[in-house]
Amino acid sequence: MIADRPSLRHRLAERGVDRTLLLLVPGVVFVLALFAYPVLYGLQLSFQPAEGGGPFANYRKFFADPYLADTILITLRLAIPAALVNVLASVPIAYRMRGRFRGKRLLTTILVVPITLGTVLTAEGLIQYLGPVGWFNKIIIAVGLTDEPIRLVHNYWGVLFSLIITGFPFAFLLTLSYLSGIDPTLEQAAATLGADWRGRFRHITLPLLAPGLAITFCLTFVLAFSVFPSAYLVGLPQGETRVISIAAYEAAFRDADYPLGSAIAMIMAAVMLVVIGLVLAWRSRLYRGATGGKG
Amino acid sequence: MRNSVGGWLVWGAVAFFLVNLFGLVASVVVNSFATQWFGTWWPAGLTSSWYSTAWRELDLLGVLAVTLQVAVAVVVLSVLIGVPTAYALARGNFPGKKLVTVLFLLPILMPPMTYGIPLATVLYKFDLAGGMAGVIIANLVPSVPFVVLTMTPFIEQIDQKIEAAARMCGANTAAVFGRVLAPLLVPGILAASILVLVRTVGMFELTFLTAGPGSQTLVVSLYEAMFSAGIRAQQAVDAMAVIYTGSMLVLLVIALRFVNPTQLVTRMKEPT
Repeated sequence: MIADRPSLRHRLAERGVDRTLLLLVPGVVFVLALFAYPVLYGLQLSFQPAEGGGPFANYRKFFADPYLADTILITLRLAIPAALVNVLASVPIAYRMRGRFRGKRLLTTILVVPITLGTVLTAEGLIQYLGPVGWFNKIIIAVGLTDEPIRLVHNYWGVLFSLIITGFPFAFLLTLSYLSGIDPTLEQAAATLGADWRGRFRHITLPLLAPGLAITFCLTFVLAFSVFPSAYLVGLPQGETRVISIAAYEAAFRDADYPLGSAIAMIMAAVMLVVIGLVLAWRSRLYRGATGGKG
Repeated sequence: MRNSVGGWLVWGAVAFFLVNLFGLVASVVVNSFATQWFGTWWPAGLTSSWYSTAWRELDLLGVLAVTLQVAVAVVVLSVLIGVPTAYALARGNFPGKKLVTVLFLLPILMPPMTYGIPLATVLYKFDLAGGMAGVIIANLVPSVPFVVLTMTPFIEQIDQKIEAAARMCGANTAAVFGRVLAPLLVPGILAASILVLVRTVGMFELTFLTAGPGSQTLVVSLYEAMFSAGIRAQQAVDAMAVIYTGSMLVLLVIALRFVNPTQLVTRMKEPT
């Protein structure tokens, strides 16, 4: 049969639909079944409260009960400073580690080691090292900075330290990779034109780095906002550091109220999206052209 | 500029951070060898008996076996599912490609706690959670997208003409995959596998939400041991924590032989 139009298969192949796409099937089915379906299932479950009272009863309950609603503020108070500290500390360190120098790989490895510590060893270490009879308090008492031990664990500070220790390697590695992507000749050109290092950083490096920093902030913020084990172990899980994950976990698995647990998980995702949205909105106003880098 | 005041301040801050980090790790390690340590600079005596206590009482051998089985299963399955997808994403240019990419990006960007609670609910509904199968399935959720996202740029840089040339010489699809692509993919698969391994051994939230007795990995049973601290000597818990960190460190050192440190958190390669 001579068709006056190419066959359907041929036309589809021209638009990129061919048998190679069959390779996508297992992966896409997997993500749809085990990621998209549970999230959507949780979303619709959150509108079916266990005790009745209309589709929004769980959300009303969350915002009406200060014990639940306050977890948003508590978590933000931990996550925003932790993310800011991690990003702001990474910039000068990464800035000085751009070039090649002896021991760079070793130093990077040491800075990355906290990834291997895991939350539990970090928590255990914080309790012993920063505890009232730990080495840290012993040293500052011996030096004479204070007369009695400072309380640094089982409160807000313990969780903040834990977030900084576990989050810093991520922020640092991301910042380093963004910084290494900026072409060094741009800065050299500015130096040739007489800019001092302050001016070079302020007018060349920082504007090129800012979009990357926004992404780094978002990723470390998300990590910190979902803090869970360390809030239990080095915090005050029923008070100062009752973060939103604890509320969601307790609702779903301690009280077996899956709809409320899902509702809190959805609120958690929504708050994160709002913060990320604000940061990305600010980012879209920045210069996002070529950084001149090769990577 | 290298020796300016600002430079020294930065290195000083780094040193301060590292000294405290060292003190933190050292207090756990020292305590795991201590006979008794109450409020003094150094414990009263040293012993290694806490390690055998931890080994016996916390059933470390069983926990390590579970961890190994879960990690290997997750690595193998996520490579089997993820690599074909990465191939299709790297080679194809089809309508809806962006949407598929976003679909694979979301499980990595979203914190495990947010999708973990609905996921665990669904797994409990189908009676899958509470055992090894549930733990493996839950850990696959971020691992498969991770393999896809690390392998896609890797496959993109393999020249498509090599495949075309093999076909010209008469190779069928199986031969192209088995004898041309597979050998080229091995380094990428190795790097992706080791990263998935490190992430799975360290993954707390998803395992915690789906594990039952007998299917806890090392990091979760460590948390349980610490959470019920009153029952056990703190030194035994510390011994277990040291074993956990030791094995993670070994994995990390192996991983860093194959991949750049930057790749531990992103799929970007640091330009050389």
